[in-house]
Amino acid sequence: MRRLKWMDLFWGAFLLALGAAVLIPVGYMALGVLREPGSLYQILLRRPDYLMKFWKSLALGAVIVAVNLAVSCLGGFAFAHFSFRGKGAAHFLLIVLMMMPVQVTLVPNYIILDRLHLLDTWAALALPCIFNPFGTVLMAQVFRSVPGEILDAARVDGAGTGQVLWKILVPTARGGAVSLILLTFVDVWNMVEQPMVFLRDPADYPLSVFLAVMNESGLSLSLAGGLLSMLPVLLLFLYFRDELAEGVGFLGLK
Amino acid sequence: MEKRTFDKTPWLLLLPILAGVGLFFLIPFGITLYYSVTFGVTGRFVGLRNFAEVLSSSAFRLAAGNTLRFLALGVPLNMVLAFFLALLVRKPLAGARLFRSGMLLPMVVGVASVVTLVNFCFGDGGLWGSRLEGEPAFWILEGVYLWKNCGYNIVLFLAGLNTIPGDLYDYASLEGAGGPQKLRCITLPMMVPTGFFVFVISVINCFKTYREAFLLAGEHPDERIYMLQHFLSNNFRNLNYQRLSVAAVCLFALIGALTAVFYRFQRRYEDTRQ
Repeated sequence: MRRLKWMDLFWGAFLLALGAAVLIPVGYMALGVLREPGSLYQILLRRPDYLMKFWKSLALGAVIVAVNLAVSCLGGFAFAHFSFRGKGAAHFLLIVLMMMPVQVTLVPNYIILDRLHLLDTWAALALPCIFNPFGTVLMAQVFRSVPGEILDAARVDGAGTGQVLWKILVPTARGGAVSLILLTFVDVWNMVEQPMVFLRDPADYPLSVFLAVMNESGLSLSLAGGLLSMLPVLLLFLYFRDELAEGVGFLGLK
Repeated sequence: MEKRTFDKTPWLLLLPILAGVGLFFLIPFGITLYYSVTFGVTGRFVGLRNFAEVLSSSAFRLAAGNTLRFLALGVPLNMVLAFFLALLVRKPLAGARLFRSGMLLPMVVGVASVVTLVNFCFGDGGLWGSRLEGEPAFWILEGVYLWKNCGYNIVLFLAGLNTIPGDLYDYASLEGAGGPQKLRCITLPMMVPTGFFVFVISVINCFKTYREAFLLAGEHPDERIYMLQHFLSNNFRNLNYQRLSVAAVCLFALIGALTAVFYRFQRRYEDTRQ
């Protein structure tokens, strides 16, 4: 048993070192900004364009996350707790589609958005993200871990399909929903390819692309901009930290 | 669920996502397929001539080779590392929770900041010299991928590990099974579904590393990090939809085949468990 304790100590030190190494870049960013706190003021006071983009991109992210979550819960419910013809094929198709890199659908998307007269609007950024099949596949996986008996019991008590989904399934599988919210938001918050193709006027670019452009205005300024842009996701992380840290952020149930 | 002759509920539930996927993914893919077998301006059907042309072009071969290499090295490395770390932090070590949160943090760092940092460390006149060329550039990119995505894979594996009933390990101990045996006979088989999911996520994120590559080195990077996505976007910029579509179709076929193999594997596993 004593040997085991030494092993634990060794692995603890190993994890500590690894964690530190992983966090160095983030720490460096914070340090770089702290050394020149003026850069933060400069962004907050002298760059109204930054703040404008910040809030607009946040709104875009919120809309995409909310609608995507709703669509994904509906689809996930169907895959997890119903049996119907073509289920396997549909599920397989969604998995393959969600694994394709963005560049593959970029051009055809462009053609369709053009037909719908949505180019140069933020709807062009939002719609393909909202219907990203990833959410449906994830929620199907999560909902599957909720026993069907619970749902049947609710039905016997007179709950309709909608009630079963929103009152029982989603609250039980909260961790999975949290996971989807985070992943989708991080993805939208970092989108680069879509704006550069779907929007002609660089003035319309969301914060993610704007930050990349701002890189040219000096190290301290771009670090400050980058650090500020981490805030929304960090707040999401803090808010959902219990679900995440316990590792339930995926299966929803422990 | 009880069996009925025809239940339209699942289809109603699926309607939004299927409509959206149809409009933004399936129809687009139909268009892509059409482009891949027709001639540019006239739209004349040319069979597989576009495929022959693209598959023999050196740019495509370079891009496909690099992408495959990046995937083949990155995804297994990420999965094995994350699985190993998940096994470690599952033990009630002091600070395991803190470690998990810390490992997740890089996921939050925006693409632009990552690029700034990498440039600062490895760019021209950077902290550790200019290394954004040749083989080192490839590994720097691979490092960025691992740094950003390993943490989430750890969380996913932990979630999977938590679903394994503790009794199983107790029984195995009673039967005299050692640590490695428990890992092989209990942990690994029970982790197949989670593993499949982690694999899918890892591939998706692997493709997303293109963002960093693009912002670091632009449209024409060093040939070691010239990826399929570069090939696709450059052909888009040159309005060469045929070449682009052929590459897209090839990628679709590859990912489809890969997923089918894993899908079969998982299905068979689930059947044997029931």
